[in-house]
Amino acid sequence: MIAIAERINGMFKDVRQAIADKNKKVIQDLARRQAEAGAAYLDVNVGTAARDQTGAMKWLVETIQEVVKTPLALDSQKLEVIKAGLEVADKPVLINSCQADPEKLDTYFALCSEKNASLICLTMDKEGVSQDVAKRLDNAMTILTKAQEHNVPVEHIFIDPIFLPVNVDQRQPKIILEVIQQIRLMSDPPPHITCGLSNISQGAANRSLINRTAVVMFAAAGMDSAICDVLDKELMDAWITAEMLLNKMIYSDDYIKAAIASLRR
Amino acid sequence: MPIPEVKEKWAGGIVEVQIGATSAEGGTRTSVVKVGGHKGLPFLPFESAGGNKPVIAAHILDIVPDEWHPLLKEPYKSVYNDVGRWAKFCVEELKVEMIALTLSGCHPDTGNRDADYAASVVTKLKEAVGVPLIVWGTGVVEKDNAVMPKVSSALRGERVLLGAATQHNYKTLCAVAQADGHCLISEAPLDINIGKQVNILLSDMEFPLNRIVMFQATGALGYGFEYTYSIQERQRLAGLGGDKLMGIPMLATGGDEAWKAKEAKAPQSEFPQWGSESVRGPLWEITTAVGMLLSGVDILLMRHPDAIKTVQKYIARLWQ
Repeated sequence: MIAIAERINGMFKDVRQAIADKNKKVIQDLARRQAEAGAAYLDVNVGTAARDQTGAMKWLVETIQEVVKTPLALDSQKLEVIKAGLEVADKPVLINSCQADPEKLDTYFALCSEKNASLICLTMDKEGVSQDVAKRLDNAMTILTKAQEHNVPVEHIFIDPIFLPVNVDQRQPKIILEVIQQIRLMSDPPPHITCGLSNISQGAANRSLINRTAVVMFAAAGMDSAICDVLDKELMDAWITAEMLLNKMIYSDDYIKAAIASLRR
Repeated sequence: MPIPEVKEKWAGGIVEVQIGATSAEGGTRTSVVKVGGHKGLPFLPFESAGGNKPVIAAHILDIVPDEWHPLLKEPYKSVYNDVGRWAKFCVEELKVEMIALTLSGCHPDTGNRDADYAASVVTKLKEAVGVPLIVWGTGVVEKDNAVMPKVSSALRGERVLLGAATQHNYKTLCAVAQADGHCLISEAPLDINIGKQVNILLSDMEFPLNRIVMFQATGALGYGFEYTYSIQERQRLAGLGGDKLMGIPMLATGGDEAWKAKEAKAPQSEFPQWGSESVRGPLWEITTAVGMLLSGVDILLMRHPDAIKTVQKYIARLWQ
């Protein structure tokens, strides 16, 4: 399981404030706690409020690297912000994210090749998020074909089937279960499947319960990664337990403790 | 169309464990043994070169091995009444890289000797040979908890591999091994879940993973061997897959177990079609040992000189 920790994001008030004040302590504290909780990557998103987004990205990356060794997921819709992060990152990163339009994929996969980076690819294109299985699978196929053209190994590809909030479209989770299973059949070995987990409970009550139920369902279908709140212990425990029941790790009485120890870098 | 890559790539690896400490490291060993350090399955150098080759430890006792089969006693008859000479014989004549001693003389059924005796025996052993040591208690909980602290302290600084920590008895041994700078055998009764659990318990006591060697009570060929094999293989695969608590070198007691098998020691007079036991006995041990190596075992505890020599050759030929 590859947990991408979501908390260092300018969308959160404390992070936004810390970026504005250049307050390292807040960022480094979040970095340490998320690494400790078992994050495989720390997502880094400057948010939309920062005036100098490339400068903010560089500052965040350097600030985080001072205290943890966990690799980073550079999260921005702007290529120049991603590139700013790449300039100062001291190890291979995960780029978050790129849509499935061929010309965009060309740009991002070329960058991945050059920087030995991995890439989260969304199964949506300029026409937006599709409502059905077939269109999402078309997009996934475009992604895998493009990756092959650029010689990006399949283990560097994270496909995100796109979760919409459950209170926006309740038919989606069932569709996504099928999409995940189908994407896994497209390549051997299959690409990673990831998601913006917290998105599914956006605007709902009982968010933590919805998130952890969703992660278990989608893990059973073959999802092996998620951008999520790793500080939500119940969520991580449920996910680890699902992985154990799927025989992805060996049971022991303290398997949760063992899993977290294995996940820490 | 490029040719597809068929080599396995592993996310994890096996931790490297050093047993024995030289004078520069606070001990008196003239050699040390490093095991583990692998990034792939054993004997597949095309997939992942590197890692340490498996080693053989001659498995001896502190008392005359009265219960052993005559074929096994015979080669050691001039040395087995003295632990130092026995160990020296194994190092000099059989060229083993380690000596493993089971303190049988402390077992309630075979002498019930005390902790001071055990400390004096291991001191003698330490002075007789320069190779790294494995010292194993009796397996009787109360006795081991009385004896092993003194054994540990007598060998302080030598980075000995002490056995064995189990799910229900690990605290005393873990604490003394920690204090005296030794390594630990974590033992499970042919149970992968318990094997993992013991490692978790040891790490909870802050015992470092690079000082642990796992032991799944070995079954010989024909006596649970397949079960041992599949557990050990699964442990290795899990370790290579990234499970740090399984990514730990393994030990097997092939010699001891093989010689319990009827097929190893039944006389030719009773089973004429089985051939001579003088060939069959060592062969049973060899076959058990080789199977263990293929499952990923890093330290083999062995008994018969012919078996030891053959398996040494096997390792030398196949390990690159």
